Amino acid sequence: MADKLHFDLVSPEKRVFEGDVDQVVVPGVEGEFGVLAGHAPFMSTVRSGAITIHAGGEVTRTFIRGGFAEVTSEGLTILAEEAIDLADVDAAEVNKQLTEAREDLGQARDEDETREAQGRVEKFEALLQAIAH
Amino acid sequence: MASLKELKNRINSVNSTKKITKAMQMVAAAKLRKAQEAAEAARPYAERMSAVMANLSSSMDGPSAPRLLVGTGKDDTYLLVVATADRGLCGGFNTNISRLARERISALISQGKDVKILTVGAKGYDALKRLYKDKIIDSIELRNVKKIDGAVAGMIGDKVTALFEDGGFDVCEVISSEFVSVMSQKPRSQTLIPARDAIDGSVERPDLAGAIYEYEPDEEEILAALLPRYINTVILSALLENVAGEMGAKMAAMDAATRNAGELIDKLNLEYNRTRQAKITKELIEIISGAEAV
Repeated sequence: MADKLHFDLVSPEKRVFEGDVDQVVVPGVEGEFGVLAGHAPFMSTVRSGAITIHAGGEVTRTFIRGGFAEVTSEGLTILAEEAIDLADVDAAEVNKQLTEAREDLGQARDEDETREAQGRVEKFEALLQAIAH
Repeated sequence: MASLKELKNRINSVNSTKKITKAMQMVAAAKLRKAQEAAEAARPYAERMSAVMANLSSSMDGPSAPRLLVGTGKDDTYLLVVATADRGLCGGFNTNISRLARERISALISQGKDVKILTVGAKGYDALKRLYKDKIIDSIELRNVKKIDGAVAGMIGDKVTALFEDGGFDVCEVISSEFVSVMSQKPRSQTLIPARDAIDGSVERPDLAGAIYEYEPDEEEILAALLPRYINTVILSALLENVAGEMGAKMAAMDAATRNAGELIDKLNLEYNRTRQAKITKELIEIISGAEAV
């Protein structure tokens, strides 16, 4: 059995990551779980948060928003709605956007606007939390 | 015979038309490259999504399976999502899609089915409103959308899903253009709902060697969350392929138009020169015969 895990991270717009890694820690809806090579077939929905990729002693963290994780004998696949590399994120910028989103939420006139703003607030809150770790 | 001035004017006007079509061809070529990249970038997600859906759906059966997956058990009412471009001047691209849509609609009607139409793109609406205005329930224009992305597809997908939940239709098909190559686009119709019909047999399933999936939370909840996304993904890839196809068709059409203009200019130039020579000869004859008479 291979001692490396094949890992695919794809978002609707592009393939974000593809390669062999040692371990990936995924924020599942019912708690974080780590996936190593040879994991049993497994499927889970993913909540917004950071996934941690361990590859050859290096650790990378990527923020993903919503999606699915699927483990097969071929490896781990994560289908994310959105993926942001945490190295590219500026906490101050996120804070600003969060404030804006909260303001929009307060001023929302109808259901659609409320839902849209609520979604943004949740996304930025999760993003901030991921940065803080 | 047209006068020299008239000919000159015509040559000039054909020349500027040629310049415009040439420019449009180049713009389309640049946009085509971008659209192709976008369509290719979206492919891995769509492929993985189909594979996941295939795995899940094969293990789901019985009355508890979501209706988006197995359908309502009837096929009385059809929703056709007809996706075309918003602009013309791209050869037969829009016409081909609308023709397929019309054929499909009349086939369904003759089978006694009820048909509803949702058009995406202005050209499809224009082509279908004359015959089937009462059947078009909604039309979406993408003219003001700069970039086709998950949000746009999500908006359309949510509309379709919401309508389905309300019992608005039993079967949904998407009619759009398949991007075969830059020179060739083929209109096609694919089933969107029930999702099972769309998935079965089209995807290779990974060999699990008899192992059974574990699910977290459980299969139903995962499917319930996954299905709307699957629908959005199918719509997104249809739209992206449409854009690429539109640009490919536009490039080919504008290339042909540029060539035609060039041929026309050659012909007009020949006529212009002939007329000019004839005029000179005539003047010479007049002068010579005048001199002889003296």
